[in-house]
Amino acid sequence: MARRALERADPDELLGRYRLLAGACVAPEAERCVQCGICAYNCPLGVDVRAYARRGWPVLERRCLSCGECVRRCPRDALRFAPLPGGGA
Amino acid sequence: MKRYVIVGGGIAGLSAAEALREHDPGGEITLVGAEPHPFYSRPGLAYLLAGAIPERQLAIREPGELRDLALERIFAEAVRIDLGARDVILAGGRRVRWDRLLLCTGSAAVAPDLPGADLDGVVTLDGLDDARAILARARRTREAVVVGGGPTAIELAEGLRARGLRVHYLLRGGRYWSAILDPVESHIIEDGLRAAGIAVHPHARVERAVGADGRLTAVEVAGLGRLPCDLLAVAVGVRPRVELARAAGLAVERGVVVDGELRTSAPDVFAAGDVAEARDPETGAGRLDVLWSSAREQGRVAGMAMAGAAPEWRRRPSLNVTRLGGVTIAIAGSVGPGAGAGDEDDLITIARGDSEWWRAVAGAETLHAGRERATRVRAVLGARAVVGAVVLGDAAASRALVRLVRDRVDLGALRPALERRGADAVQRLIELGDRAGGADARGA
Repeated sequence: MARRALERADPDELLGRYRLLAGACVAPEAERCVQCGICAYNCPLGVDVRAYARRGWPVLERRCLSCGECVRRCPRDALRFAPLPGGGA
Repeated sequence: MKRYVIVGGGIAGLSAAEALREHDPGGEITLVGAEPHPFYSRPGLAYLLAGAIPERQLAIREPGELRDLALERIFAEAVRIDLGARDVILAGGRRVRWDRLLLCTGSAAVAPDLPGADLDGVVTLDGLDDARAILARARRTREAVVVGGGPTAIELAEGLRARGLRVHYLLRGGRYWSAILDPVESHIIEDGLRAAGIAVHPHARVERAVGADGRLTAVEVAGLGRLPCDLLAVAVGVRPRVELARAAGLAVERGVVVDGELRTSAPDVFAAGDVAEARDPETGAGRLDVLWSSAREQGRVAGMAMAGAAPEWRRRPSLNVTRLGGVTIAIAGSVGPGAGAGDEDDLITIARGDSEWWRAVAGAETLHAGRERATRVRAVLGARAVVGAVVLGDAAASRALVRLVRDRVDLGALRPALERRGADAVQRLIELGDRAGGADARGA
């Protein structure tokens, strides 16, 4: 699934995304999250994104590829890429 | 050691149990509920219906988390509350003693009120068992009719369509959810439904369901004639489940009346979530709030109050973000009664995913922007702040506007400049919300 996500991506967008991700991570907004689990279900690496989302914690997981599947699929716009906490990016 | 009893296993109950455990590590917590399932995401049922997730994905806590919560769960119906003895009486007669009691019995779909409503094939959606039954039926069904309003009607229509059924969505009035949305917003959502292959029929009132041998075969619709179908899904609203509270003599209006700390009229008895009716401090009117985020928050506050921790709670503006007709819509704060209030409504009570707090402001100034590509912003201005917003599509605009409403950001010198500036004014608000968000991120 990770490979498919990469193949679908536009190269320029991908480059822009990786520049951004040098100082960013998936950041949830707990108030919007209804814990449906679509994020975790679609994570190609099996990260339990929902466990972060319901607490409003940034997804600081070494396994996270920043592929954006969870961000794209969340039906409540509860996830986005945001500067790392304290990163000043 | 205090004994806490929670009646109801939805998000308000779970949230309360977690707050209780945090604030009273040694307390004895018992949760009573008739639904024989692990804690699950009720809003997630929409995505189960549509096939976006399997059922197991709906479970919202890991076994380890539940062990740490050290909760006794009793899967039984609570049939009576004895306020004198401080007991909850379960079906079968067992008594469970409490020092503090929380009622979070939720709300129930209103039964369809039309001839033929008792036919096999007429369904409503409340919980996981309903969703399972609808999915089982959808597998042997080709034609479905959906009636009603609010988010649940659309979740049913979209879910059944995603399962390959031909779906007719009937509206009694001229447009979708006219009690909350303005005409442009309604039409964006209706267009999204049509793009998904759902036949949307305005001004179509079901007169009766007809069947053979007890099974639904068609509905008769004023103006449309007879529509053959094997499934009629009805979502005309929900009512708080107040029976236990009423029988115990608690103050009940449409919901169980609560104060700012979710206390009911009886000492040491609390209520939270869909079943609770709060009072608007400005008007004194009772307000129902049938939202997941509100139930979660109320459960947390009630749990803290039950444990004796002062919650210092200020009710947050009611917020729902959901996807309707393929478009993400955020509704926050007070957006006023919809322009179509008085139009023939598809709902006879409040919808699940709806809040009466949204209707709290009348006559405020409203700004609009955007009508293209399913993106639209409506901002409702109070004297000093944005008091409500409806945003379709644009996630960044949605975040910015919701932040302004939630944090009651003072518009200051910008306020007079916003008058009569249309789309440009909305853009200024979005920039202000972005800046407020930037301040959040730096402060985090």
